Amino acid sequence: MSVVGVAGEERDNYTKDESRQIRRRSLRLLGSLLRPVRGRIIVAMVVVVFSTALQVAGPALIALGIDRGLPAVADNGDWMPIALIVGGFVFAALVGAATIAWYQVMSARISQAILIDLRKRVFLHTQNLSLEFHESYTSGRIISRQTSDLDSIRELLDSGINQLVSGLLYMGFTAGALILLDAPSGLVLAAALIPLLMLTRWFQVRSQKMFRLTRVASARLIVHFVETMTGIRAVKAFRKEPRNAREFGDHVESYRDANARVIRLFGIFDPGLVLIGNVAVAGALLWGAFRVVDGSLQIGVLIAVLLYVRNFFGPAEEMAMFYNSYQSAAAALEKISGVLEESPSVPDPTTPIDLWQAKGHVRFESVRFAYNDETVVLPDFDLDIPAGQTIALVGTTGAGKSTLAKLIARFYDPSEGRVTLDGVDLRKLHPKDLRRAIVMVTQEAYLFSGTVADNIALGKPDATREEVEAAARAVGAHEFITSLPNGYDTDVNKRGGRVSAGQRQLISFARAFLADPTVLILDEATASLDIPSERLVQEALQTLLADRTAVIIAHRLSTVAIADRVLVMEHGRIIEDGSPAELIAGAGKFAQLHAAWRESLV
Amino acid sequence: MSTAETSAAAPRKSELSTFRAIARIYPYAKPAVPWIIGGMIAALAAGVVSLLIPIVLQGLVDGPLTDGNPVGIWPAVALVLVLGVVEAAMIMLRRWLVLTPGTHIEARMRNGLYAKLQDLPVAFHDRWQSGQLLSRAVSDLNLIRRWISFGLVLLIVNIITILIGIVVLLNWSVWLGLLFFVTSIPIWVYGYVFEKKYSVIARRVQDQQGDLATAVEESVHGIRVLKAFGRGRHSLLKFADQAEMLRTLEIRKAKAIAGIWFWLVLIPDAAFALSLLGGVALAAADQLTVGQLLAYFATATVLRFPIESIGFLLAMTFDTRSAVDRFFDVMDEVNTITDPEHPATVERPAGRLVFEDARFRYQDAPGDQRDQLDGIDLELEPGETMALVGITGSGKTTLTALTTRLYDVTGGRILLDGVDIRDLTREELRRRIAMAFEDATLFSSSVRDNVLLGRPEFASDDPAVVAEADRVLAEALDIAQAGFVYDLPDGADTVVGEEGMSLSGGQRQRLALARAVAAKPEVLVLDDPLSALDVDTEALVEAALRRVLATTTGLIVAHRPSTVQMADRVALLEEGRITDVGTHSELLARNEHYRYVISSLEDEELAQAEREARDLRLAEEASRVQEATARESRVIDKDGFERDGEVKR
Repeated sequence: MSVVGVAGEERDNYTKDESRQIRRRSLRLLGSLLRPVRGRIIVAMVVVVFSTALQVAGPALIALGIDRGLPAVADNGDWMPIALIVGGFVFAALVGAATIAWYQVMSARISQAILIDLRKRVFLHTQNLSLEFHESYTSGRIISRQTSDLDSIRELLDSGINQLVSGLLYMGFTAGALILLDAPSGLVLAAALIPLLMLTRWFQVRSQKMFRLTRVASARLIVHFVETMTGIRAVKAFRKEPRNAREFGDHVESYRDANARVIRLFGIFDPGLVLIGNVAVAGALLWGAFRVVDGSLQIGVLIAVLLYVRNFFGPAEEMAMFYNSYQSAAAALEKISGVLEESPSVPDPTTPIDLWQAKGHVRFESVRFAYNDETVVLPDFDLDIPAGQTIALVGTTGAGKSTLAKLIARFYDPSEGRVTLDGVDLRKLHPKDLRRAIVMVTQEAYLFSGTVADNIALGKPDATREEVEAAARAVGAHEFITSLPNGYDTDVNKRGGRVSAGQRQLISFARAFLADPTVLILDEATASLDIPSERLVQEALQTLLADRTAVIIAHRLSTVAIADRVLVMEHGRIIEDGSPAELIAGAGKFAQLHAAWRESLV
Repeated sequence: MSTAETSAAAPRKSELSTFRAIARIYPYAKPAVPWIIGGMIAALAAGVVSLLIPIVLQGLVDGPLTDGNPVGIWPAVALVLVLGVVEAAMIMLRRWLVLTPGTHIEARMRNGLYAKLQDLPVAFHDRWQSGQLLSRAVSDLNLIRRWISFGLVLLIVNIITILIGIVVLLNWSVWLGLLFFVTSIPIWVYGYVFEKKYSVIARRVQDQQGDLATAVEESVHGIRVLKAFGRGRHSLLKFADQAEMLRTLEIRKAKAIAGIWFWLVLIPDAAFALSLLGGVALAAADQLTVGQLLAYFATATVLRFPIESIGFLLAMTFDTRSAVDRFFDVMDEVNTITDPEHPATVERPAGRLVFEDARFRYQDAPGDQRDQLDGIDLELEPGETMALVGITGSGKTTLTALTTRLYDVTGGRILLDGVDIRDLTREELRRRIAMAFEDATLFSSSVRDNVLLGRPEFASDDPAVVAEADRVLAEALDIAQAGFVYDLPDGADTVVGEEGMSLSGGQRQRLALARAVAAKPEVLVLDDPLSALDVDTEALVEAALRRVLATTTGLIVAHRPSTVQMADRVALLEEGRITDVGTHSELLARNEHYRYVISSLEDEELAQAEREARDLRLAEEASRVQEATARESRVIDKDGFERDGEVKR
């Protein structure tokens, strides 16, 4: 089984090699994220090291005060040493606090820079991935990669890294100060490190698996949730609520259970850390106390030793917190790096060919298209569409009409052979020119949040309001748009909200008209229109398509009337090809279809 | 739903203090309260034990160490060790007591939110983006759980520990204790100031995160459009704007946190420094032993982390407050479409559907605009199939949505077999009336489950039931011409929807149709259910549907003459009213608007030709009539003249 890209993402039984492979790719991603901010990271590091050193100085200054300052005052009435020590202490506190605050802001800037970089990368990469990927990976999963997984990384960067860096430094400096002050006590700390490392290792191994489980459980939860909310009409109409509540309840429970297991691990890890710390304090006390009695250790140093040993384990709980966010972030990063590893099956050309003025001559040259070895959609397909010709594609569902359309729009690339526009292979054409020249309107007319005008302007972002309205008028959408509460400025809200399916299609038609492409592909784009609207659209199409190449897929044969040429497809092959009049006059499949359709009209 | 109702009556969030705002989750947290209290007690015990250790140290330093008596060291160290072990045990106990109940609170709230969202009417979902709902259901509730089982417990216990610690410090030395206490005051003051600043920014960050999630969702759901127009860059810019906004807010939030950190680090250290000065002075004056000074610093060290944690815990508390507010934003929403208190039931279900002056308008529609549905009067007899025809935007879909109370009428009423549909439970109503939408939604489940969605009674292992379910499934798939199902990898058990195979629009529509048919309702409401089908399939589906509709009342939104043909009668919807009802040919013959709406392009030409022919005929007739009237009028004239003559006479 492969673990390249998103394959095997839901498994939790990786082999050693697979784990290593996944870890390596997420480390690579991490490295590439850190590189642009490395300068700032270094500055932040210097600041935090400085700050921590000042913060750790406290107990040593206390020892100094008791062992030197106190005798000076008590014996000689000399306040100078203690004044210097306390002055230094206050200074260290002030500068330490200011620098740690500075470090906080700096690290927030760094982590936000990393996050925005990652967010944009994932977003852009998602947009670049082919439709094929989106169809198989599903929107719920891709959304949770970009939301909840990025959230875990944000959490790690926000607080986790801070805790790790300041915690580790604090522990390091504390250990250092302890050894400088009293080397034997350092041995006690070193002895305590052994169980500390063992406990941490145990925790790491156990928790990694469980964190992965929580991520899988939360992704399932999210998919179910989103599906319910976007399909709420069907949920209500078919009384799915109680069953949904049960199913969702199951997801919630398995998510809760996964979380509870992780938490229970912490329930052992965290008190374990405290126990080790307290035993170490007792050890240091035992050894130190005997040395104080035999006079080889000053009492002030013993105080400092105890404070240091205790402080050493102080950040341990925060470190455990770090581990918490680190684990979920690592799991998230593994998945995100998987998505980023997916190479777009429809990649942008490396050396794009410009096509400033497309004429619209489309050719299929020995094109074969197959999803896999078993499902061949187009076995061997040749077609020449001269510039300016309007083609109607007819055939039953599954004949390969939509695939043909998607190949022209370069939603897919052919498995073999090539599709060309004005003699240029689509795979080599500059994406900007490709999208300007070829536009596809599908049956599913998606509206984005924003106003109606925004949605139409998607076809041409720099369009003026006049152009937007002209496009809407051309397809007969102007009427209903002006009757909306705020006309063109009406917010279409969530997923089209109160705009009907037919109206959505009109808007998406207006969008295509505004885009003004050389080649227009209509895949069932009029299916939801009522007849008067369809009539308007068709009239508009006749003017629009006069000097354009067009491919129209429609179940309604009425559309065929405006075509110059009709192709009847079956099982990925063209079985009839000719002008509408020729085919109607003939005795083929199209003639039959047309006759049946005529019958159905009245 | 009692929790939702009580909370709906509670005052709006802006009036509540942070404590009272968060206290609203009590109904969900109730079962966990004893556990949380237990956890607090354990945590407090751990805190007290950690404060006892310095006392032992003081005894050790001032006793055996001063006397140079090594024998006394052993019991003191043993005591420190025991106390250390007890502290660890108490921490463990706290975690074990609190954390699992905490996850149950989260689960309860999540299920509660989901149930509420499912219950709220479609109009609510039209207004709320699912990204906003999702962030409430996942990250907000996560935060609340962590706060309850961690933040709340530690906040309270740490404050108590700090107070006890200060008392202990006072015990060592009144002056030093007071010093420590006084220097701690700025932290509390700053903590209060911090609340105001932080809670505002925290809420804005959370909202912005929700907006960003929505942007992500749209970019994924609308991927086809973005690709078709090559607008990936464009949408990236929009997304980047949102993300930049979030970054700005996050940095502002970080600055607020950095502010409190400054004081949290500065104040304890400054207090230590001043204590050192005071301690040395007191020790020099023999008012304090070295052991007491050591114990003082040891105690202050123990208190350091509780004091520092207050800032973090406060921030978490304010985050939680806004998460709770956001949770109740949804939970407080008043559901306008509910089951009646004393539901009626349809005694003799026959499928007679009557609209009496039914009206509907959107709440936010401008006042001068007419109702979207402006008084619908329509009667569907049992078993009758009515086609609903009208131009785009005439309100056909709205009308169908009223029948199952996806929206409620805003005037008039709808009767099912003589009962106002608002007097039925939603369950019964939606059992009797099944719908197929044009926009066919499938759920992540097997084809079988999707098609048998309207028949929950089939969820059984009883062989007889399974056999019946299989029969209904096969029949429904057959009617909807969804034979392709058997060619899927696992046949009818293939998982479709978000998590399964993706099907074409036509395939989804056929399954949605099969689903409506399989529900075996008294009334079948179909909203342009065949729009994505090709001509052949459509013809087959129509033929099969006719069999179903022979015995079932049907309301079908139709755009095509072929769909209309399935209906017994046609209702024409125009300007929010039913303007004509009759058979297809009647309407075709007598209604100009109907012809405009239903006759397709070529048919229009035909009609035009027919009209011309008829006009010609009419013209001929008219001229004949004219001649005739002319003749008659002459007679009349003559008569009149004669009458006149009579009058004259």
